[in-house]
Amino acid sequence: MSTKLRIMVPVKRVVDAAIRPRVNKAQTGIETQGVKYSINPFCDIAVEEALRLREGNKDLVESIHAVSVGGKKSQEVLRTALAKGVDTSTLVDVGEKEVETLSVAKVLAKLVEQQKSNFVLLGKQAIDSDANHTGQMLAGLLGWPQATNAAKIEISGDEVTVTREIDGGEEVVKAKLPMIVTTDLRLNEPRYASLPNIMKAKKKPLDTVTADSLGVDITPRVEILKVAEPPARGAGVTVETTDDFIAKIKEKGAL
Amino acid sequence: LSTLTLIEHGNGAALPGSLSALAAAKQLGGPVTALIAGSEGSQVAQQIAKVDGVEKVLVAGNEVYNHSMPETTSALLVDVVKAGNFTHVVAPSSAFGRAVVPRAAALLDVQPVTDVIKIEGEDTFVRPIFAGNALSTVKSTDAIKVLTVRGTAFDAATEGSGSAAVEDAVDPKPAPQSEWVSEQIVKSERPDLGTADRVVSGGRGLKSKEQFEAVMYPFADAVGAAVGASRAAVDSGFADNSLQVGQTGKVVAPELYVAVGISGAIQHLAGMKDSKVIAAINKDADAPIFHVADVGLVADLFEAVPELTNKLK
Repeated sequence: MSTKLRIMVPVKRVVDAAIRPRVNKAQTGIETQGVKYSINPFCDIAVEEALRLREGNKDLVESIHAVSVGGKKSQEVLRTALAKGVDTSTLVDVGEKEVETLSVAKVLAKLVEQQKSNFVLLGKQAIDSDANHTGQMLAGLLGWPQATNAAKIEISGDEVTVTREIDGGEEVVKAKLPMIVTTDLRLNEPRYASLPNIMKAKKKPLDTVTADSLGVDITPRVEILKVAEPPARGAGVTVETTDDFIAKIKEKGAL
Repeated sequence: LSTLTLIEHGNGAALPGSLSALAAAKQLGGPVTALIAGSEGSQVAQQIAKVDGVEKVLVAGNEVYNHSMPETTSALLVDVVKAGNFTHVVAPSSAFGRAVVPRAAALLDVQPVTDVIKIEGEDTFVRPIFAGNALSTVKSTDAIKVLTVRGTAFDAATEGSGSAAVEDAVDPKPAPQSEWVSEQIVKSERPDLGTADRVVSGGRGLKSKEQFEAVMYPFADAVGAAVGASRAAVDSGFADNSLQVGQTGKVVAPELYVAVGISGAIQHLAGMKDSKVIAAINKDADAPIFHVADVGLVADLFEAVPELTNKLK
């Protein structure tokens, strides 16, 4: 028996990976003024994989729906996903404040139900909070199998085989749909959206809902007391020769 | 306050990250119970029972927990936490802990705090964000605190003369939802990258897989080090992904870290900047790696590294 995939791809808007974040003066978070934002790189890989599943398997994919939980500006990353080939999208407008992963997972669980999704592909982590929670939490809430850190995904009938990156190597697991898979770096190289597709994406569906309308309480459970720069390292020395190099390391007691 | 520590093990022994997790659990202040799942559980329990500060060891010997499948292991963790009224759960921040712990936390309706590098109190923890470019101090208001801890931030608990009681854990006997097929672990004669005292890492400056192996492997052996690699080197196919050090790879904090032909991208620094002594060899004097290096050598690595290898042999 083969099940048609109704894929959901959650995407997050984050500070661009190329930018070095600076802690703000008030030590409440990082400086956001004048900073470039992009789709989280692991979410981009998830979007790409959804598109490749459709392109590589005739009749496998029925629909691809992108979701972002964030402020109004998160529309940008949904438009990016739509421009790359995602069909429809939903913004869950929660305002500008960072929403905890448990709340995001609860919101996504509601949307999975509404969308009748049977396969959720998402990034293993967002590069801002570096949490690496949402996929696993969503899988737990839905009671679905999970495979995190995917380096390869194969679907045959309703069986999904995933090669996972683990400490020291790889592991292969399989499970039946419905399922949650989170993406790791080596899964694919995301495409760029073409200008005509960026224009077309402006007409694709982008619904906005609120966490309230989904009946999800997003009150934080964890309070951020302080965000600080990591301790700076003392200035180092530069040497000219390999002998001096060895001598200096020995001086520091590391050889 | 009472803490449950989830033990990761393989080949009949606890992994080093689990001993660090036990050390973190001890820091919380209350009694520490260890949970070991899988058919080798009783064997691992013998080891963990001797670890200083462990009061009780719970074993779930059911083979449904073999290979630490996250669906069954998280179901077990949830039931054990509820049955024992634990206030804190601590697990290693490894591929295992990352897969299991958030799932269990969601089932407990708890917002987990992961990758903890410092415990400031029973509800206050420090964790890196933005690839370690910032440290966030957070306070959990959940009734149960669910944590994973970085092994590099806590000295492993020692196996002393402890004699904790070993008991059977409550076992929800969950049905498996996913099936383990196979694994491929990259074998190496050299020390394990995650726990080695010394690490030598190669970057894109090595130019090819052949040169990476010809230059870095003898150097590693001369230094007595594990071999690591930057993401650029891994992406270029010079080294296996399991050697990757960085935000998207392993986080290491050895006594000595030598970066060879590595420019020092933010994402790489995130994985090694807590090393005690950082040394760098790069022919580009402006490479950002020199900003974090304690000892820098501006030189052609293809000349300098073989020379160092000879002198250190």
